[in-house]
Amino acid sequence: MTLAEKILAAHAGKKSVSPGDFISARVDLVLSNDITAPIAIREFDRLGVPRVFDPHKVVMVPDHFVPNKDILSAEQAKTMRAFAWEQGIRYFECGQMGIEHVLLPEKGLVLPGDLVVGADSHTCTYGALGAFATGMGSTDIAMAMATGDVWLKVPPTIRFVYHGQLPHWVDGKDLILYTIGQIGVDGALYAAMEFTGEALDALSMDGRFTMSNMAIEAGAKVGLCAVDEKTREYVKTRARRPYAIYELGSAAECAQVIEYDVSQLEPQVAQPHLPSNVCPVSRVEAKIDQVVIGSCTNGRLDDLRVAAHIFEHGQVHPEVRCIVIPGSQQVYLDALQLGYLHTFVKAGCAVSTPTCGPCLGGHMGIMAAGERAVSTTNRNFTGRMGSPQSEVYLAGPAVAAASAIKGRIASPVEL
Amino acid sequence: MLKGHVFKYGANVDTDVIIPARYLNVSETAELARHCMEDIDRDFIQRVRFGDIIVAETNFGCGSSREHAPLAIKGAGVAAVVAQSFARIFFRNAINIGLPLLESTEAVEATEAGDELEIDLAAGKIRNITKGQQFAAKPYPSFMNELIAAGGLVEYTKLRLAQGAVKPLA
Repeated sequence: MTLAEKILAAHAGKKSVSPGDFISARVDLVLSNDITAPIAIREFDRLGVPRVFDPHKVVMVPDHFVPNKDILSAEQAKTMRAFAWEQGIRYFECGQMGIEHVLLPEKGLVLPGDLVVGADSHTCTYGALGAFATGMGSTDIAMAMATGDVWLKVPPTIRFVYHGQLPHWVDGKDLILYTIGQIGVDGALYAAMEFTGEALDALSMDGRFTMSNMAIEAGAKVGLCAVDEKTREYVKTRARRPYAIYELGSAAECAQVIEYDVSQLEPQVAQPHLPSNVCPVSRVEAKIDQVVIGSCTNGRLDDLRVAAHIFEHGQVHPEVRCIVIPGSQQVYLDALQLGYLHTFVKAGCAVSTPTCGPCLGGHMGIMAAGERAVSTTNRNFTGRMGSPQSEVYLAGPAVAAASAIKGRIASPVEL
Repeated sequence: MLKGHVFKYGANVDTDVIIPARYLNVSETAELARHCMEDIDRDFIQRVRFGDIIVAETNFGCGSSREHAPLAIKGAGVAAVVAQSFARIFFRNAINIGLPLLESTEAVEATEAGDELEIDLAAGKIRNITKGQQFAAKPYPSFMNELIAAGGLVEYTKLRLAQGAVKPLA
């Protein structure tokens, strides 16, 4: 069996499963946020079950429109907070929270071998820990909150092998953008992506989270990395319960194996309006109005370290707004102690409290018609960051920071 | 039997254009429907009539997990979506809330905006009345048919609970 199949079989109480099987599987964690929880709570109430199946395995994080951007979003957050308190489930208030997919691994709530479902498409981020984690809608999540299980169709696995040494300035974001550029936004539709190879091994945990995070942008159900020493080191101080480590299966068990030599790869940029519209940064010429560095994709300490390093060599261009958003309170604190936030502010960046805000055109960085952003986020669909006449270019923190300084899309090698 | 006129779209219609995130500070279906498709088809909500059908190319509903997307479509009065393929979270969401989805590459290729379609959900048949052609949609796996027959995921879960198939703590 592949890694995905091993985890699913274990949670379905079966010796083995095969792609295409429909299974009912026990979940280790059920997640929702301030946008998806209100509908989940409505459907949970409609079911008529008084309590969630296990309050320790249900998490709610207000992060999308937080701190509440208007009265209506405050009402949604209130609904969620009241439910969370009444049920005694895990809840992280503004000031103690983080963007859900930065926060949960950091708190040790997701561990290797887990099955996690979340009412947020980027739940697949936790695949970096060797956990089967996938996004669903509010009703699915509501039923999982009630019963502790979900129905799943076992996906076929597509293995991606990244050969070669990672070039300077090339990181997880560049590998995943390149991959989506090659296979398309539905290139892994319904499939499990599995990331491996020496370039993947060389990535930090933060870089791997970035890769798994964007598996959904290729249509995948999950984006898995095998557990290695870096994973063990990451979970060692965080885990407060036992967990299971499953090995990768053989290549023959994968539906497809795709191999890339990334030793000559340049930093990558996805142009409007699809994450698959990818090309090397040197081929993009575009003046910009805004830069966003943060999100569940690139809001971790490694991302801020790269950006801070670049801002030590230049100021934000006078015609650009650069918004930096640490992904969690812990990332914020670490970045503060390491001097990164000082560097950002001195360079002319606006530094915000953790929020999904601008990534989805929620708040804290909405664009007007005709404006253009370089963003370390995950989607560049029409209207994603504001006006349907605005444009988003996706890139990693190095390109985003270099672009903020140059006032146009720029490679860090230009500095 | 469903019958309505077609709104036709291309590939990769994402959930951000089905219902932009700036409207996700509410979750009432009628309110969401008011902004359905507005970023790619500003007049959609004025022109759509109860029972109309959306026809689109591949990967319809890609992007976010927001259930608000199928809710907005259903709330706008759309009876069904026919596409060459659907993004997986959107697919689950639509089935869960009772918005019928049909997959048929041939039907999509043969259908133009404004055509009149007739859909027999039970038989999985799509008839283009305007063009005088008939197509078979890809059949659902039997498990999905059980879910649909129960009336959606909440009703299906009620049945499971009643049968003692799952036991909540309280």
